[in-house]
Amino acid sequence: MAYFAPTALNDALSLLASEDVSIIAGGSDVFPARGQAPMQNSLLDVTRIEGLAGLQWGPNGLRIGAATRWSEIIKADLPDCYAGLQAAARTIGSVQIQNSGTIAGNICNASPAADGMPPLITLGATVEITGPDGVRRMPVDEFVTGPRQTHLRAGELVTAIHVPPLPGYTRGAFEKLGSRSYLVISITMVAVVIGCDATGRIDFARVAVGACSPVAKQLTGLEADLIGKMPQQIQISTDHLAPLAPITDIRADAGYRLDAVAEQIKRAVGKAAISNG
Amino acid sequence: MDKRIVNPMTEFRLNTQTVSVAPLAGERLSQTLREGLGQLDVKVGCDAGDCGACTVLIDGAPVCACLTPTHQAEGRHVETLGGLAKHDPDAQRLSESFQNHGAAQCGICTPGMMVSAVALLRETQTPSPDQVKDALGGVLCRCTGYRKIIDAVVASPSTQTAEAGDGTVGSSIPRLDGVAKVTGTENFGDDVAPADALVLRIIRSPYARASFTFGHIDDWLANTPGVEAVLTSSDVPGQNLFGVIPDFVDQPVFAETETRFLGEAVAAVVLSPDAVQGFDVEAFPVTWTELPSAETVSGATAPSAPQLHQRREGNVMCAGFVQQGDASQALSTADTCVEGRFQTGFVEHAYIEPEAGFAQMVDGRIEVHACTQAPVMDLEGLETILGMDRKDIRIIPTGVGGGFGSKLDLSVQPYLALAALHTGRPVRIAYSRSESMQSTTKRHPADIRLTISASQDGRIQGMDFSGDFNTGAYASWGPTVSNRVPVHASGPYRVPNYRAEARAIHTHNPPSGAFRGFGVPQAAIAQESLFDELADKLGIDRLQFRLLNALENNTPTVCGQVFEQGVGVKACLTAIQSAWDSERTAAASYNSTNRVQKRGVGIAAGWYGCGNTSLPNPSTIKSGIRADGSVVLHQGAMDIGQGANTVITQIFAKALGIDVQQIKLIGADTDVTPDAGKTSASRQTYVSGSAARLSGLALRAAILQRVNASDSAKLEFGNGAIRVIDAASEHVIDLSLLPYDAHGYVFGAQETYDPPTKPLDENGQGVPYAQFGYCAQLVVVEVDTALGTVTPVKFVAAHDVGKAINPLLVEGQVEGGIAQGLGMALMEEYIPGRTENLHDYLIPTIGDIPPIETIIIEEPDAHGPYGAKGLGEHVLIPTTPAILNAIKDATGARLTQIPATPARVRAALKELADDN
Repeated sequence: MAYFAPTALNDALSLLASEDVSIIAGGSDVFPARGQAPMQNSLLDVTRIEGLAGLQWGPNGLRIGAATRWSEIIKADLPDCYAGLQAAARTIGSVQIQNSGTIAGNICNASPAADGMPPLITLGATVEITGPDGVRRMPVDEFVTGPRQTHLRAGELVTAIHVPPLPGYTRGAFEKLGSRSYLVISITMVAVVIGCDATGRIDFARVAVGACSPVAKQLTGLEADLIGKMPQQIQISTDHLAPLAPITDIRADAGYRLDAVAEQIKRAVGKAAISNG
Repeated sequence: MDKRIVNPMTEFRLNTQTVSVAPLAGERLSQTLREGLGQLDVKVGCDAGDCGACTVLIDGAPVCACLTPTHQAEGRHVETLGGLAKHDPDAQRLSESFQNHGAAQCGICTPGMMVSAVALLRETQTPSPDQVKDALGGVLCRCTGYRKIIDAVVASPSTQTAEAGDGTVGSSIPRLDGVAKVTGTENFGDDVAPADALVLRIIRSPYARASFTFGHIDDWLANTPGVEAVLTSSDVPGQNLFGVIPDFVDQPVFAETETRFLGEAVAAVVLSPDAVQGFDVEAFPVTWTELPSAETVSGATAPSAPQLHQRREGNVMCAGFVQQGDASQALSTADTCVEGRFQTGFVEHAYIEPEAGFAQMVDGRIEVHACTQAPVMDLEGLETILGMDRKDIRIIPTGVGGGFGSKLDLSVQPYLALAALHTGRPVRIAYSRSESMQSTTKRHPADIRLTISASQDGRIQGMDFSGDFNTGAYASWGPTVSNRVPVHASGPYRVPNYRAEARAIHTHNPPSGAFRGFGVPQAAIAQESLFDELADKLGIDRLQFRLLNALENNTPTVCGQVFEQGVGVKACLTAIQSAWDSERTAAASYNSTNRVQKRGVGIAAGWYGCGNTSLPNPSTIKSGIRADGSVVLHQGAMDIGQGANTVITQIFAKALGIDVQQIKLIGADTDVTPDAGKTSASRQTYVSGSAARLSGLALRAAILQRVNASDSAKLEFGNGAIRVIDAASEHVIDLSLLPYDAHGYVFGAQETYDPPTKPLDENGQGVPYAQFGYCAQLVVVEVDTALGTVTPVKFVAAHDVGKAINPLLVEGQVEGGIAQGLGMALMEEYIPGRTENLHDYLIPTIGDIPPIETIIIEEPDAHGPYGAKGLGEHVLIPTTPAILNAIKDATGARLTQIPATPARVRAALKELADDN
């Protein structure tokens, strides 16, 4: 068993092709999952690969390197539409976890309660996947296919998250519900990006919900219905939440989750709309 | 290209030195730092990033060392508390501030707290409390309730000096054993084994109930490199049984044919140290057959339920009973009556230090070094298991990273001792977080039915309490719980007609045992909740109702016990009166302008008998003076963070008439320190403190007698002499001229104190305790009625401690107990197989504990040393019911099941709305 820490992407890709390796970045999911069990295969540490960490602006928006730690996202000076992503980053575990955990790790771990997913969905983020056949991209909510399952194929590596430009007047917000203040896995969570016109009516709406379905869900029907509404007067119907399929577990029952999500959506929309008002 | 790290060595700067290590692939930095580099100030509490105890700085940023592959440290700067405390001025000021504020109790989380705080202080020299919370939110503490930690960090830049003085009774000196805790040098259970010690891993049942057969263990042992030995029940030389109550010793060290709970041990594997990281517990040759189990009380008492133990029909282990007057008559004829059913779940102690230790053979004797609350009980347990004479067993407790009742029972000790005996070599173990949670005791889940009646003028007439307590697979302290509950279920009130029965029922769950309050907190939930209901029904103010019925001197308890002095509950209730008035007004005003967020105020009182229930529980404290004039105190009362080392010393110092700083402490060690009993039942300040006082007085008397000095003489020790200054005359005792005993003492004293109690009769009438402590708490909560979340915003806690030996430590116990009560009320529930880690089992974080105002009431107790009463367990008794009462006050919804999770609160609110 070996520990590979390449600095060049090509080296990482050829290791993926030739060796039986698991990918490790921040370690905040790898180690808890392993517990005291021995290593089963070699590790490929992606955190030293050149160009894999950090935020970069380009004509097509923001590129967030796959191995960018959450604390870097928190500290970055980003437009208002990223406020939800940054708020989510601040609720991920603790300072310790934010200093270790990476944005792509959060996505690739494919937990239904991944805090990064709803805000990335509302930002229209895509995942950049690099493999032996080159680079491909897909929307973040398509990339994750179910609990612990993604579209990542053998030999591939997530290399970045791309966020296209959004209207400058839009603003994001994030609502997380848990039973304590820090170090808490979400019972439910909601991310939004909202824009309002000169009269204060919503003219741009993205809403995504986490921990209420196998993969975080964008509520497109609700988004359409929000257009033209005043942020403080929105109504959430059963139909709007129909795409969700919450489960009952130790944290809460399914009915409660739906109930809570409706309230969280109202709050998140209200919060995001305030500065637009 | 060789894409492996070209250099197999990983090099980084560790504090001030460059180090080079050769980690395995995927080795945790915490492992490398502790085992490879001896950096034992890095503590491991969970190996999952859930507790933050292992926090280190990498290039200045706090991370969990347990989540960091060592290889990622290559070329970086790793800082730990041990290094920071030596070289970093921020850390040094912080150490002092932690000490002066009492911010470290057991000390196991302290390295994680302090390292996180240093990172904050480097960014912000004067952080706000909210900044401290954000920075320290990733580190769990189970002892302090966090408030003193926040205070210590906020105050750090301007280090306030500690209270000066000789540390006499009543002074808030910093804890005498605190420096090691705030500099990372305290040795806990996993910090003491020699480097070459073999390592134990335990094979545990994956099912609540299973039969099992071993494969060819000898072949497996011979063919698996690194496995030195395997132990099963056939390797137990004495009895394969342990327990804490003589008539209820029923737990096997290794299950023999059938396991009775998920996580029960069936075998232990002894590994060479270098084989540990590669060892796969799944490879052990055992075949399991899952069997039908009874995991709930209703399941276990059903006619068809599997029987867990012979001669415990219907899985009823035992029952406790107290009766006075005629409860059924009083209930049937009363003016006003309320009734309710209340349910609680398993609660996990969740100390941050998992059980750990090592054992070795020394000159043919077995020596066990482990974290424990009860060294002499450990010794007695091993005597039976090992079949050895007690003179051949020595227990040397390590530092204890929290206990709260669970470390009273044997955990790692039998396995360590058996393995050391078997191999002849030192053997160590540290439980993983999940095996700690799976295999050690829990708070009993309770299912309580209670009816209370009162006359129109508000006087309690009758009370009928019936509780089933889920005692799990083995007895542990279940009999104590079933005895204590009926004695306490009345609360600190006069109840003339009373009937209370508590049954302990076996189920296929981990043993329920001792946990801060022995079942009384569960009973108090029912009683204090229904007191609010009854007061409301009678139209009497809730606090006035309690005052009206509160016990006083010379009023009989439900056991018929009459205290002529020392009953302090009215004083406690009176002390929260002004907060009750002002906070209710404030909440009403808040609620008039807030639609969704609603505030409520809740109160509850409590009492708790200190020491064993109607059973002897002596403590012995020895002291001596050496020929050089140094004063030595053999202090065997285990300090598990609560402060016994400091408090017992303060009491002894006062009795002898000496400055505490002059006393040399010798800690618990069954070879050299007499038995000061278990750290349990809130007995150490009272019982061991009384023994310490007697020991100090006896030593003083012997000295005074030698020179015929009066009682008021002043003593000075040192330079081989004692100066006795008595009014006009002064005597000097030249110690070099005196004979000394086997311990080198020229003066020595060993004194024992045992609380005066009397047995309970068949109706539970008698003298169960020599003293009770009393308390009353108030909490303000804010309920988000749309989401069901409950946020406590303030506590006021009045505690009658008789005499506060050390007020700073009193506050520490109050704040820590409230934090545990808050967790129990709002978030904690252990579910075997599902919440066996600290991210699914939630305990409060630093952001969850609001400001706590502690009001110390001193209603002296005639039996307590200088009037002191016990405190540790009393604190969390009123907390949970006070929170539930506050939720009711805020919303009108009465929660009868805990934890009151957001989903449960929201469901209760919806039900209330539907009913209206």
